[in-house]
Amino acid sequence: MLRAIEHSNIPKDRIALVSGIGCSSRTPGYVDFNTLHTTHGRALAFATGLKLAKPDLKILVVTGDGDATAIGGNHFIHAARRNLDMTVLLYNNHIYGMTGGQASPTTPQGKKASTAPYGSMEPSFDISGLAIAAGASFVVRTTCYHAVQLERFIQKGLARKGFALIEVLTQCPTYYARPNRLGTAVDMLRWYKENSIPVERARKMEEREKVGKIIVGVLHDVERKEFCEEYYRLVNRLREQ
Amino acid sequence: MTGNEACAEAALSAGMRFFAGYPITPSSEIAEILAQRLPREGGVFIQMEDELASMAAIIGASLTGTKSMTATSGPGFSLMQENIGYACMTEVPCVVVNVQRGGPSTGLPTLPSQGDVMQARWGTHGDHPAITVAPATVRETFDWTIQAFNFSEQYRVPVIVLLDEIVAHVNEKIVFPKPEEIEIVDRQRTNVPPEKFVPYEVTDSAIPLFADFGSGYRYHVTGLSHDETGFPTNDPKKIDALYRRLNDKIEQNRERIIRYKTVMLDDAQMCVVAYGSSARSAHRAVRQARAMGIKAGMLQLQVLWPFPDDVLSALAQNVETFIVPEMNLGQVAHEVACATRRKPTQINRIDGGLITPEEIVEQIRSVSV
Repeated sequence: MLRAIEHSNIPKDRIALVSGIGCSSRTPGYVDFNTLHTTHGRALAFATGLKLAKPDLKILVVTGDGDATAIGGNHFIHAARRNLDMTVLLYNNHIYGMTGGQASPTTPQGKKASTAPYGSMEPSFDISGLAIAAGASFVVRTTCYHAVQLERFIQKGLARKGFALIEVLTQCPTYYARPNRLGTAVDMLRWYKENSIPVERARKMEEREKVGKIIVGVLHDVERKEFCEEYYRLVNRLREQ
Repeated sequence: MTGNEACAEAALSAGMRFFAGYPITPSSEIAEILAQRLPREGGVFIQMEDELASMAAIIGASLTGTKSMTATSGPGFSLMQENIGYACMTEVPCVVVNVQRGGPSTGLPTLPSQGDVMQARWGTHGDHPAITVAPATVRETFDWTIQAFNFSEQYRVPVIVLLDEIVAHVNEKIVFPKPEEIEIVDRQRTNVPPEKFVPYEVTDSAIPLFADFGSGYRYHVTGLSHDETGFPTNDPKKIDALYRRLNDKIEQNRERIIRYKTVMLDDAQMCVVAYGSSARSAHRAVRQARAMGIKAGMLQLQVLWPFPDDVLSALAQNVETFIVPEMNLGQVAHEVACATRRKPTQINRIDGGLITPEEIVEQIRSVSV
C-alpha cells in the first residue's frame, strides 16, 4: 500500500486513511497521513463524510472481511452503490483474528473457527461479487502472495475515480490455519500461489474446474458517474441559477 | 413556522454546511428542508443508509472543519449512541437533534414523549461528557439550535437538541433575530506550524485546539484511549488523565453552560420544574394558580445536561414543594429529588397525550391545601 501511494505521487497531506476495527484496521496507527481509526464496520460511513465535506482528499479505507461484510455490510453495499470516490483495501483472512479466531462471513463452509467448532455451517460471502452487484466501478481480487500485482492494483485503484475495491486474501496462520490444519504462514502463501487462477484464464474454464480456486485479477472495470463529483455539479448548477 | 423548520433555519444560520440523516417521524421535515437548502448554500446533504452511518458521516465531515448535524427520533437516536461516544472520545464537534416520540422501541411514531432525557445523558457506554438542550417553543428551538452549535464548537463535544413532537410540529409566529444579533462561536484552531502540532495537548483550558483534516496538519484520530499525541495508550496515568479531562471540560464550565428561565419564583412556595413542551403548560398553570392566590412559580430548564443541581438546591431553601410534569415516568423528577433532597410531586403522562395546564393546576391546588 505504501509503495503504491509513493508511486502515485499523492502528497501525504491529501491522503486520508480510514479504518474500522480489527487487525486490518490497525494500519492507520502506523503511517503518516491524515489517519482515522473509527468504530467497528463504520469506516466507509466516516469516509463518506470526509470525502463529501472535503472533495480534494484522496480517501483510502483499510478494512477486513468481518468489518466490511458483517457489521459494516450495509455501509459497504451503499458506498459501492453510490460509487463514491475511494479506494478500499480489504484484507480477507476468513476469520476474526483480533478477537481470537471466531467465524466470519467469509469462513468457508466446513472450516473450523472458535465459534464454529464443528465447522462453519453457513455459506460464505463472495466479497468481490457483492461489490460488483452493489455498483462498485473497479473491483480486483488478489492474494498477499501476489505482492507485486497487489501494489499495481492499489495504484490502479488510487488512479480511478469511483469506488475501487481491492480484495486481498491474507493468511492468518494463528487463528485460521491452526484449527484447520493448513500449516504455517509459508504453507498458506504456497497454497495461495498454487490455487490462484488469473481471471482471463478462469473465464475459459468450466465451473467444476474452478471449485476451491481463487480467481485473481481485475474482475470488474467500468466507467460510472461518481457521487461526489455529481453532487458538486448539482451545487454549481443551483448556485448559478 | 414549526419547530422542525426553525431548527433547520437555525442550523443554517449557525453555519452548518453538512447534514447526514435517515428518514424518521417526527423529525423528517428537518432533513427534507435541508435537502432543498444545503446544495444551494454550497453545503452537503446526504441521506445515509441508516442512523449509524449518519452519525459517522457527520463526524467525518466535522473533522474537515465543517459544522455538521443530524436529526432523528428515538429508534434512530438509539442507533446513534455508538458514534456519539466516538465523538465524545475524539472531541469532534457535532449536533444531534432528537425529536422525541413515545418509546421504547418503535413506540408511538406520531405522538410526543420526553422519554429520552436519560438516554441523552447516558445513552452511550462509559463515562462521558454530555450537553443537552431542550427548547419549549419555536423561537427557543431556533435560539437553542444555534446555541447547540456554539456549545459543540466551544467544548468540542456532540450536543443533543431534545425536541419533542409538540415543539417540532407546533406552528407559531416567529420573529427571527437579525444576523448581527446572533452570536456564532467557531472552534478554536491551532496556529502552530504543523510539525509542532500535538492534537490533544491542553494548556490553560481543558479543550485542545483543533486542526482541520486535510489542511496540512497530519494527525491520528482514534476511539481508543489515547494520549495527547492522539495515538493509543495503555498507560494508566494517561488513560486517567484523558477520561477526567473529557468530563472535566464540561463539569468545570457548568455555570457557563447551564441556562434556565424563572417565572414568578421570587416568593414561590411551590415550584414547577418543567422543560420542553411541558413547560408551555406549566407556564400557563402557574399563572392560573397565581390568579387563585397560590404562590406558585416555575423553573424552566433549557439545558438539561449538565443538570442544574446547584440552582435546585438553592431553590429548596425557600420552596416547600417541587412539582415535575413530564411525558415520561420521572426522569427529571429523579434528578430534582437528588438535587433538592426531597421527593417532588410527579405528573407523568406516557400515553402520547400532552400534559395540560389543567392537570398541573390540579396538582398545584392539591399540594397547596
